[in-house]
Amino acid sequence: MSFISRFLMSRWGPIVTGIVVGILAPVLVKLGNPGNMGVCVVCFSRDIAGALGLHRAGVVQYIRPEIIGFVLGALVAALIFREFKPRTGSAPIVRFLLGMFAVFGALVFLGCPWRAYLRLSGGDWNAIFGILGLVVGIWVGVVFLRMGFSLGRSRPAPKAMGWVMPAIMVVLLLLLILAPQFGRDANGNPTGPIFFSPSGPGSQHAPLIISLVIGLFIGFLAQRSRFCTVGAIRDVILLRDAHLFYGILALIAAAFITNFALGQFHPGFEKQPIAHTDELWNFGGMVLAGLAFTLAGGCPGRQLFLSGEGDGDAAVFVSGMIVGAGFAHVYTIASSPAGVGAFGPMSVIVGLVVCIVIGLTMRETKA
Amino acid sequence: MSDIKEIDARGLSCPQPVMLADQAIQKLEKGTVEVLVDSATARENVSRLARYSGWQVSVEEQPEGSYRLVLKK
Repeated sequence: MSFISRFLMSRWGPIVTGIVVGILAPVLVKLGNPGNMGVCVVCFSRDIAGALGLHRAGVVQYIRPEIIGFVLGALVAALIFREFKPRTGSAPIVRFLLGMFAVFGALVFLGCPWRAYLRLSGGDWNAIFGILGLVVGIWVGVVFLRMGFSLGRSRPAPKAMGWVMPAIMVVLLLLLILAPQFGRDANGNPTGPIFFSPSGPGSQHAPLIISLVIGLFIGFLAQRSRFCTVGAIRDVILLRDAHLFYGILALIAAAFITNFALGQFHPGFEKQPIAHTDELWNFGGMVLAGLAFTLAGGCPGRQLFLSGEGDGDAAVFVSGMIVGAGFAHVYTIASSPAGVGAFGPMSVIVGLVVCIVIGLTMRETKA
Repeated sequence: MSDIKEIDARGLSCPQPVMLADQAIQKLEKGTVEVLVDSATARENVSRLARYSGWQVSVEEQPEGSYRLVLKK
């Protein structure tokens, strides 16, 4: 076991993780997940928000087992290798806001960095604008880091606190399996508390057990290899360190080959699955997402893995993502294949202003 | 006599521990830098950066679960 751990912590760790994600994500699409959405942490958080009734966009409601697996897989790895260290206290409310705005930006583009790379490797050239925006957003975040930006220090916390996010994930798994319904309204529509899409992307999913096992496996690997789809670009810009970046290259290459082999590679701009062709806001949305993720210290997947390790601040970021996803669909911030939402562009601008204020004002306070 | 620089990076999020270590080894050029971190990720990142910059790295695990990295050049 320690040999596997040492290997995953070596330079090969992010590469192996990238290859595994690059192969399994298109396989999940083949098995039922939406197009170019084998894994999308933001889209899946949005689906969970919908399943919990935080928004009522009927086509994007499902409790995604991959997200549950990511947290619990990271928890298992952290427990085995004595890295389960509950901690919190590093500007939780700011992290909540960053989670919300990161999701606003990503849902204007229609995908988190994970899906941006997967869309690219499926031939969706609209992703190029999203990835360019992501790089610009991360670059702006690096400028703030160089200026002394910090969300301050976390402190060790009681063991019980570290179990909160994993426990929430277990409850989500139970809700997914049991799908409780408390009744129906006068029109015969279910009144919740759990909603599952009868049609649309939310209704498209691989078998539960396969999604869960793949999520657990990726969560385990990523906790050991510190896989991060935002840190990869940040470290190249900030430190000229490509350790994590090779993982992204491996992901894109493996996903391209797998998509090609499975007949899922369809190059072009038009008629791509769950995507729109508005170059400006594909770019702008991901500038906001890249900046917010960088200020929070990692991509949405990394935030899930950290919350599995007991990081209460990452767990607050994840909560911000799920609540933000609810807002994004209630306030027509999220885009759809028809184009950007009515308040998408305005939300990106507001989000950028908030993130810039956070970047300029948050500094470590001395005791 | 060589300089010794001490950095307490415990509790800081990525990439701040590695940034602080990077600033210290750039400024010092030669000597000893001691970096306190409390996560295995920061331990690996700081070690990788230091080795890449030609510094020798030794790691001591502290009783409370943090790590003291001693960087020498």
